[in-house]
Amino acid sequence: MKKVRFSRSFLAIPYALFMAVFVVIPLFFVLYYALRDDVTGRLTFGNFVTFFTTPVNLRVAGRSFFIAFLSTISCLLIAYPVAYIIARCNLKNKSALLLIFIVPMWVNFVLRINALKELLSWMGLINRSAGWDIFNTVLGMVYDFLPFMILPIYTTILKIDKSYLEAARDLGANKAKTFLRVTLPLSKAGILSGVSMVFLPSMTNYVVSNWMTNNKVTIIGGFIDFAFLNDSWGRGSVTAIVLLALMFLFTYLTGGFKNENGAAKGKALW
Amino acid sequence: MKKTAKILKIVFILLVIAFIYAPIVLLTVYSFNESTSIRTWTGFSWKHYEYFFNFSNDPLPVVLSTLLLAIIVATLSTLLGTTGAIGIYYSKKKTSSVLSGVNQIPVINADVVTAISFVLLVVALNIDKSTFIPLVLGQTALCTPFVVLSVMPKLKQMDNSLYEAALDLGATPAKALFSVIIPQILPGIISGFLLAVTLSLDDYVIAAYTKPDTFHTISTHIYSLTKGKKAPIVKASYRAFTAVVFIFIVISVTVANVIAVKKSKKNENKGEKNS
Repeated sequence: MKKVRFSRSFLAIPYALFMAVFVVIPLFFVLYYALRDDVTGRLTFGNFVTFFTTPVNLRVAGRSFFIAFLSTISCLLIAYPVAYIIARCNLKNKSALLLIFIVPMWVNFVLRINALKELLSWMGLINRSAGWDIFNTVLGMVYDFLPFMILPIYTTILKIDKSYLEAARDLGANKAKTFLRVTLPLSKAGILSGVSMVFLPSMTNYVVSNWMTNNKVTIIGGFIDFAFLNDSWGRGSVTAIVLLALMFLFTYLTGGFKNENGAAKGKALW
Repeated sequence: MKKTAKILKIVFILLVIAFIYAPIVLLTVYSFNESTSIRTWTGFSWKHYEYFFNFSNDPLPVVLSTLLLAIIVATLSTLLGTTGAIGIYYSKKKTSSVLSGVNQIPVINADVVTAISFVLLVVALNIDKSTFIPLVLGQTALCTPFVVLSVMPKLKQMDNSLYEAALDLGATPAKALFSVIIPQILPGIISGFLLAVTLSLDDYVIAAYTKPDTFHTISTHIYSLTKGKKAPIVKASYRAFTAVVFIFIVISVTVANVIAVKKSKKNENKGEKNS
């Protein structure tokens, strides 16, 4: 008699069912509502046409891009030197120094953003002008996402084989040249992984932009939120589909699909 | 020349540390302020701590229920994620690459898109939000992929022949799974669980969309504190809570570090003796 042999792959069945029902199918609902007219209930491309022809939407998208760009650049300019200094310092216990930059992450994210806002209002920098609102939003994003940039860069710099540096020096390169020709190119993977972990969230994390500016700066994530709160499911879904397409494109470009656990490594700060 | 470079480095590091810690330090200082404002100091007082630790006020029950929610969500995610990771690892190449692809969706997707897509399903299935089922399942959908990602590397490092050996020695597959595979991937399971706890505690967007109307997590509660008479007092008591959490984290990290340093020193000594 042939017995049905237990295979360990069967263990994935509950997981696969769960993910299919609660992650994959919901995305089809978004697609459905994106193609559905809110008023008549008919399937059309009207929502997509409206999205790309309404100036306000494009302005929100442009603003989100601008904020995400500024936040990413600022994070990179702060995080790279920090990661570099820690990775190359002479201390024995580097990870303790690194922890100083990560510990605040364990305070609840809304509490943290609230703390930053209270500091800014203590300094009198909240509710000033449109320019300040953008600045405060970027500041909030940087404050929130800085560790996601520091960690991957730190890990890649730490992994660089020291003999490359010695080789460069022996061949006559000075410190600046060694950095530009050896360290920087070899830490590209860390930079890319950091950029992908800061850029996308700072385009969509509307909690930061709404909270820091008392709802005066709307970014694309807040736009989706607003549409759903006002029962414009079609408008919200179209924006979500556009955002999804952007995310996949961006992740593909930064190699996020190849490096399977890149994002998790950043979020798993343990 | 070398010295100035070193000083510049230290100054830079200190400035970044100041940027990261200034908000939390300010909150901690003003959590002892008699008034609820952070503009003016009116005198030292414990009253915000008293308000926070009084169970009849909102914040403490909110904090405890957020913790309970996080533990439930993390337990579910760990069960699903661990079995999922083992299953994916032993599946045929095609299945495993499809499942790993699906696993990436909540990881790279914006929280708000995950949340609204999930809510559309909840509406279509007509599930009542006051049952907490949408909230728990929604956060579990967010956390499970991260558990898979933290268990997977441990599976790849594992010695595969041990499982076969256990089967050859007469263990049932279930027994072999629990006494051979699980112990080897345990560190990954634990870090996955802890990661799921933090993700659930930190989540605002999914909770905002799926929670029962009268229920609050820490995130949604603070976010709702913009209007109302009570808002300043409650906000001030959250300042006290932030200070407590922060001091607790600093102490536990320091202790963990000291233990780790001592352990590594012990091992070094042992190594020297042996050689």
